Amino acid sequence: MLINTINKFHKMSRLSRLWGAVALSLALFVNSSQVTAQDSTAAGGGGPAAATPAAAGGGDAEKGKALFTNNCAQCHAVTEEVVVGPGLKGVVQRTPGKEWLYKWIRNSSAVIATGDPYAVQVFNKYQKIQMSSFPNLTNADIDGILAYIDEASAPKTATVGGGGTAQERGGGGASAENGGGSAGPSELFTFVLVALLVVMLLVLGVLLVIVTILSKAVTPVGVTDGTQTASSLGQRLKEGMSSAFNNPTLRSIAIWIFLLVVTKATLDGAYSVGIQQGYAPKQPIAYSHKLHAGQYKIDCNYCHTGVNKGKSATIPSANICMNCHGVIKKESPEIQKIYAAIENNRPIEWVRVHNLPDLAYFNHAQHVNVGNVQCTTCHGEIEKMEVVEQRSSLTMGWCIDCHRKTEVNTKDNAYYDKLVALHRKESKEPLKVANIGGLECSKCHY
Amino acid sequence: MENTTKRYWKGVEELRNDATFVKNANSEFANPDPSESPSDLDGLLGGSNTKRRDFMKVMGFGMAAVSLAACETPVHKAIPYLNKPEATFPSISDYYASTYTDGGDYAAILVETREGRPIKIEGNPLSSISKGGTTARVQASLLSLYDIDKLNGPRRGETVIDWATADREITSQLASVTARGGAIRIVTSTILSPATKAVVADFIAKYPSARHIMYDANSAFGMVQANQTSFGQAVIPTYDFSKAQTIVSLGADFLGTWVSPLEYALPYAQGRKIGAVGSGKKTMSRHYQFETGLSMTGANADYRGTYKPSQEGLVALALYNKVAAKVGSASAGGASVDIQYLDKAATDLAATRGRSLVVSGSNDPNVQVIVNALNNLLGNYGTTIDLGKPVNYRQGNDQQMNAFIDEAKAGRVGAVLFFGANPVYDHPRGAELAEALPKISLSISFADRADETASLAKYITPAPHFLECWNDAEPKQGSYSLTQPAITHIFKTRQFQSSLLTWAGKPNDFQTYLKSFWRTTYYPQATGFDSFDAFWIKCLHDGVFETSTAQTAAAGASFAGNVAQAAAAVTQRYKPTTGMELALYEKVSMGTGSTANNPWLQEMPDPVTKACWDNYAALSQKTANDMGLAQNDLVTITVGGKSMELPVLVQPGQADNTVSVAVGYGREKGGKSANGVGKNAFPFVSTVNGHLSYSAVNAKVEKASGTREIAQTQTHDTVMGRRAVVQEAKLADYQKNPMAGRYVPKVETSEGPTETADISLWHGYGKPNHSWGMVIDLNSCIGCNACVVGCQSENNIQVVGRQEVINRREMHWIRIDRYYSSDAEAEDFKALEVASANPEVVFQPMLCQHCSNAPCETVCPVLATTHSTEGLNQMTYNRCIGTRYCANNCPYKVRRFNWWKYFDNDNFDYHFNNDLGKMVINPDVTVRSRGVIEKCSFCVQRIQEGKLTAKKERRRPLPDEIQTACAQACPTNAIIFGDMNNPESTISKTLEVEMKGRAFHVLEEINVRPQISYLTKIRNKDEMPKQETRQESQA
Repeated sequence: MLINTINKFHKMSRLSRLWGAVALSLALFVNSSQVTAQDSTAAGGGGPAAATPAAAGGGDAEKGKALFTNNCAQCHAVTEEVVVGPGLKGVVQRTPGKEWLYKWIRNSSAVIATGDPYAVQVFNKYQKIQMSSFPNLTNADIDGILAYIDEASAPKTATVGGGGTAQERGGGGASAENGGGSAGPSELFTFVLVALLVVMLLVLGVLLVIVTILSKAVTPVGVTDGTQTASSLGQRLKEGMSSAFNNPTLRSIAIWIFLLVVTKATLDGAYSVGIQQGYAPKQPIAYSHKLHAGQYKIDCNYCHTGVNKGKSATIPSANICMNCHGVIKKESPEIQKIYAAIENNRPIEWVRVHNLPDLAYFNHAQHVNVGNVQCTTCHGEIEKMEVVEQRSSLTMGWCIDCHRKTEVNTKDNAYYDKLVALHRKESKEPLKVANIGGLECSKCHY
Repeated sequence: MENTTKRYWKGVEELRNDATFVKNANSEFANPDPSESPSDLDGLLGGSNTKRRDFMKVMGFGMAAVSLAACETPVHKAIPYLNKPEATFPSISDYYASTYTDGGDYAAILVETREGRPIKIEGNPLSSISKGGTTARVQASLLSLYDIDKLNGPRRGETVIDWATADREITSQLASVTARGGAIRIVTSTILSPATKAVVADFIAKYPSARHIMYDANSAFGMVQANQTSFGQAVIPTYDFSKAQTIVSLGADFLGTWVSPLEYALPYAQGRKIGAVGSGKKTMSRHYQFETGLSMTGANADYRGTYKPSQEGLVALALYNKVAAKVGSASAGGASVDIQYLDKAATDLAATRGRSLVVSGSNDPNVQVIVNALNNLLGNYGTTIDLGKPVNYRQGNDQQMNAFIDEAKAGRVGAVLFFGANPVYDHPRGAELAEALPKISLSISFADRADETASLAKYITPAPHFLECWNDAEPKQGSYSLTQPAITHIFKTRQFQSSLLTWAGKPNDFQTYLKSFWRTTYYPQATGFDSFDAFWIKCLHDGVFETSTAQTAAAGASFAGNVAQAAAAVTQRYKPTTGMELALYEKVSMGTGSTANNPWLQEMPDPVTKACWDNYAALSQKTANDMGLAQNDLVTITVGGKSMELPVLVQPGQADNTVSVAVGYGREKGGKSANGVGKNAFPFVSTVNGHLSYSAVNAKVEKASGTREIAQTQTHDTVMGRRAVVQEAKLADYQKNPMAGRYVPKVETSEGPTETADISLWHGYGKPNHSWGMVIDLNSCIGCNACVVGCQSENNIQVVGRQEVINRREMHWIRIDRYYSSDAEAEDFKALEVASANPEVVFQPMLCQHCSNAPCETVCPVLATTHSTEGLNQMTYNRCIGTRYCANNCPYKVRRFNWWKYFDNDNFDYHFNNDLGKMVINPDVTVRSRGVIEKCSFCVQRIQEGKLTAKKERRRPLPDEIQTACAQACPTNAIIFGDMNNPESTISKTLEVEMKGRAFHVLEEINVRPQISYLTKIRNKDEMPKQETRQESQA
C-alpha cells in the first residue's frame, strides 16, 4: 500500500512540475508523514527479530521455518491460538519431552495406540482429530521446527503482553495505515485540484490586469477620448475575444492542440485495449488470500501444487480445501459453497483473473522452479489481497522488460553450465535471460 | 547450376509440360476459379471481382465487429478439478500404454492425454512387433475418437432407447430364437483379442445355436489355405525382411497394406540402410516388385515389372520354374509368361538361397502354394519365414462368410450380430445381404454409427472407440498386448464384450473379466513376479507382454504341397486376355474404408498418386492415349453388369490395358467426411473357387461425359525449375565412393571455383546452446505418410477439404514429395519418354529446412519470421500480416497460408467445427486463424518442454531425448532429429561420418545453409553398361 501511495505521489509529482511549489510542498508534507509512520512500524516489527534469543535446542530455525510453513502451519499456530490442533507455544515444555515429540510427529496414531496418557489426553481434547503423520521428517528437521516455534513465539509475549500477536498487530497496523493512506491521496487530490483552480484563477486575473495595462499603454493618446474610455471592461473583453477568435494563428493553435490531445487519448486508449491491469472480479466464493497467505502464512505451494511442475500453477481442487476445512469453519456460508460443490459433484467455477492470450505460452515451472522467481514478482503482494487483482500489465513489453533485467538462476543447474562459461568469456556482465535467447519469438509464441 | 546426372519429374504434367503446370509452376498462389470456392465472399476476400457495395458491406461489418469486440473483455472461467487425481496435473501430459486394433491391424501404442483427453498417439518402443513405429492410420485413429457423427446411445431402428430396454428386449428375443432352434451368427472382422474370443465362447455356451464367423474385407484366406495344404497349418507365418538379401514381391504391397505393414517396415528398412545409419554396412537387400498398379512398395523397389491381373498366377509359376531350373530342381510345368526383370529376379533368388524371400498378395491358394514351394525350394523356411510364430492379423474365412450370406438369403438365420463388420458395404455380396437382412428376426450391430449395415439392423448397440475400451490382443503367437481406456466413455456406449456378457447372463464388467482371463491364461507363463497384481501392473505399464523375449530359432517346416497340381490349376485359371482388366487395391490411407469418416486420412495424399479425397481409375499413359482419355476425364468401368463412373488418373508404372481402382471409398452412411467421396469398388470384388478375388479380367472401360478434377498435391509447391533436389546413386558406385551421386556446386570467384558455403553475405548466427537439426535418409523413407499425419495431429493442422486442395491450399507442414525418374541419361529425351511407362521413384519428405541464411526472414516486412540462437526459423503468427512474401521467397515451398479461418466455419465442416472434434487440439500449439503464414516449427513446443524437463532436473537434455512428431511417428527411423551441438546425439554421430559421404543439403547452390541434411538415395541396381562406356569415352 505504501508503494502504491508513493506511486501515486510520483504521478502527482509529474503534475507538480507544471504547477510548482504548492503541490510539491503539499506532497512532501504528506510523504514525510508517511515516512514517520513507516518508521514506527518498522521499529515495532523489527524489534522482536533483533531481540530473538539464540535458537533453543540447537535446531536450525531458518530451515525449521520453511518446514513449519509447508507442513504444520495449516493446523497449528506458533502462538497459543488453537487452529485445528493446539497452538505450539511452549510445546517442548508442556509435552513429555523431545523424544516423545519425535515419535508423535512421525506417527501420532501409533503413540496413541500405545496408550500413552498424555497422547490420549491431547487426542481427546482436540475432538479426536487425527494428526497427519510425517514419517519423512528427521530428528534434525523436527529440532529445526521446534527451534523456529521457540523463536517465533518467545519474544512476542515480551513485546505485546497479552494483547494479540505481533502478526496481528502488524497486520492491524498496516491496514490502519492503509486506510489512512488510501484516504490521503484522494483528499490530497481534491486539495491540489482546488489549489490549482485558485492558482489558475489568480493567473487569469493577473493576465487580465496585464492585458488591460498593456492595452492602455499601447493605445495612441489621441484616440483616447471620452467615448472610448467610457467603453466598459466587459465590452473590451468581448472585442478581444472575437478578435482572438478571428485570429487564424490562434485558431489553428487551438485546433492543433485539440487534435493532438485527441490523438494522444486515442493512442493511449488503443494501447490499453485488452489490458486488464487492476482487474479484480468478484469470485463465486469470497476466498481471501489475505487471510490464508497473509495471516496464516500458508505456503503458496500448498494449494497451487502445479507451480513447480508445469505450465499451470493450478487452482486447488476442493479436496485440498477440505484438508483444513473438513474441520475448520465448516458452518461459514462461504465454506458451505465448497461442501455444496462436492455434494453436487459440480466443480467450482472461478473467474480467471490473469488472462494471457492464447498466442502467448507461459510456463510457471520455468519461472518458479527453474528461474526461482517469487510469486509476488508478477502477482504483487497477494498476501495482502482480499480479492485477487491483476497487478502486472501482462503485456509483452512487461515480459520483455523483465527478461532483459533478470539474471538467469544458474546456480546448481547443470543445464546452464556451458552457457555461463561461454558468457564469461564474452562479457563481464551477469548472464541475463535476454543473453540466452529470452527475447526470441519462439520462446513464447508457437 | 543444375544437377545434370539425372532428371526428375514430379508428375506426368511436368514431363508433358502441360499449360496449367507451366502456369502454376511460376505462381505459388494460383488464383482459383471463384465459382468453385466454398463461399460467395471468396471473390471479394480474394481480391478479385470486388464490387463497391460489397466493399462497403464488409467495411461496415468490420467496423461494427471491431467496436463490439472492444466493448467488454469476456469473462473467462477457470475450473479446477473437484477432486484432483494425485498424479495428474493440468497442463502436464500423462502417457498410457495401449493397443491399436482395427480389425486385424495392430500397433502397440502410447496415448498422450491431457486433463483426461487423448491428444496424440505414439508408437510403443517396447513392442517387438511395431517397435515404436506407427502408420498414418494409427496416428489418425485418434481423431475417430472425437467423431461427432457417432451414435449417442443404443437404438431400436430409428428410436433411441436406453441400455436396460435394449438388454431386456434383446435377451428375450435371443432366448426365443434359441428356443425355436434358430441359428445365431456373430459376424466380425478378424478379432485379435483372446479375451474377446473367450467372451464369444461364453456367449455361444449360453446360446448353443450361435456361431462366430470372421471375414476380412481385405482377405488373406487364400494364403491361410495354401499354408494348410503346404504345411498342414492354417496360419500366416512371420516374415523377416531384415534377413532377406533378395526380396521378391508378387503384387504384395507389404509396406503399405499387405497383412502387417507396420511390422515389416522397419526390418525392410534395416536391410536397406547403409553407411552411418546402417551401422557402417555397405550392402543392402535387393527388392524386386511385380505388380499391376504402382504401389508404395513398388515405388521402393530396385527393379519393378508389371503384369496384368490375368497373368498373376503365371508370373508366380514362371518365377518358380526359372528358379527351379537354376537350382537344378524339377519344373512344375504349366503355361509360361515372361515379363521384364523376371529372369533377373530368378537369378538373384537362386544366388541367395536361404537369404531371400518371396511374397505374394494374391488371394488364390494355388498361387500361394507355388510361392510356398518357391520359398521352400530356396530354403527360406527357418530363415526369413517362421512358421513357428504364426500371426493372427487375417483370420477371415471367405467360405464361411459366403455360406452365411447364403443362409441369410434362404431365411435360415434367426439372429445376427455384427461387430467391427460392415458387410453390406465392404463385402462383394453386400447388396444381397442388404436384401436379406430385414428378413432376419433379430439383427444387432455394434457399429458406432448407423453405417450401411447397422442402418438395416433392428438394433444398434454402439461399441466405443478402442481408446475408451479395455481389451487385449495377440497379434502373434507369444506376443500379447493390453488396451486400456485413456478416456471415459464419451457417448452412452458399451463395449461389445460387456454387451455379450450381459446377454449371456454373466457379470458384464469386462475389465474384471479381462484381468481374470490374464490371471489364468498368461500369468502362469510369466516369471519373476511376486503376485498377479505385480504382473498385471507391469503389463499395463508396458502395454505388451512377450513370453519369449529371447529369439527362438525360426522353425523350419517340411513342404507337403503339390506344386504340379497348383501349376495345373493356375494354368487353367489364368488365360491371356486382350481387353481391359480391373485391379482393385487398398490405399495406404483409407484401407478398407472402415475409418473413411476421418478427415485426416481423407486429406492425406496417396504416397504414389498424391491424390486425396477421391478414388479414381488409374490408367497408363499408353492406354489413356489409345482410348483418347486424359487426366480427369470421367470413364465408366463395367464388370459383369455392375458399373461405376470415375475420373481418370494417368499413372506412370501402371500395366498397359489395366485399370486400378482403390476400395474403401464411396461410403453412403459413413459420416460427413466419408459420404459421397469416391465410388465403392467392393461390389467389383468377385468370388473365385470360394476365395475373394480383387481383380476382374473382363472389364469394360468407356469414356463417359464430363470431367471431375482429382485433388492432387504433387505438382503444388514446385521448386522453380531448380533440380539439385534429389541426389541418388547406384550401390556399386556408392561402394567405390561414398559421395557417389552427390552434386557439389561450385561458385566461380576471382580465386577460382569455391564451395558455396565459403561465400556469404551474412555473418551467420551463433548457436551456443543447441543446434537443432534433422537428417533424413532417403534410403529408409518408404513414403508412408505416417509423419504427415503425426505432424497434423501434433501441430493442430487444419483440414481444408477437396476443393481447397484443388486450389493448391493444403496445409500440411511436412509433405512427401514423390519424384519420378528413369535410369536413362538426362539428355536422352527419347529414353525419358519411354521411361515414363515404368519409372523409378524417390520419396523425399520436405518440410521447413530451418535455413541459417533464411530467405524468408529477410523479406518479412514485420519481422514475423526470425531466427533463433538454437537454429530454428521461428514463425510468429500474431505478428504476421499475411503479405506472403516469405512463401514466395522460400526456395523449398514449405510455407502455408491460411486462406480461411478453418475452425468454427461451416464451409469446413470437419473436426474443428464442433466442440467434440476440438478435443483433439494440442493445447501447446496455437490454432492459426485466417491471414497468417504457418510452417514447420521443428515441434518447438516439444523442444521447449524437453529443455524445461532437463532444467527442472538440473541437467542437460539427454542425447536423443527430444523428438519431433515426424521423427517419432516414422516406422523406419528415416528421420533423425537431435541437437547437432551434442556430440553424443545420433544426428551428430551420423553427420560426422556422412558429411563426407551421403549427406547433402537440398539446393546447396543457393547457400541457405539448412539445418536439415538428406542422405542420398542408393539403389541396388546393376550398373548400366552404356553409362560405363560413356564414362570411358569422356576419360
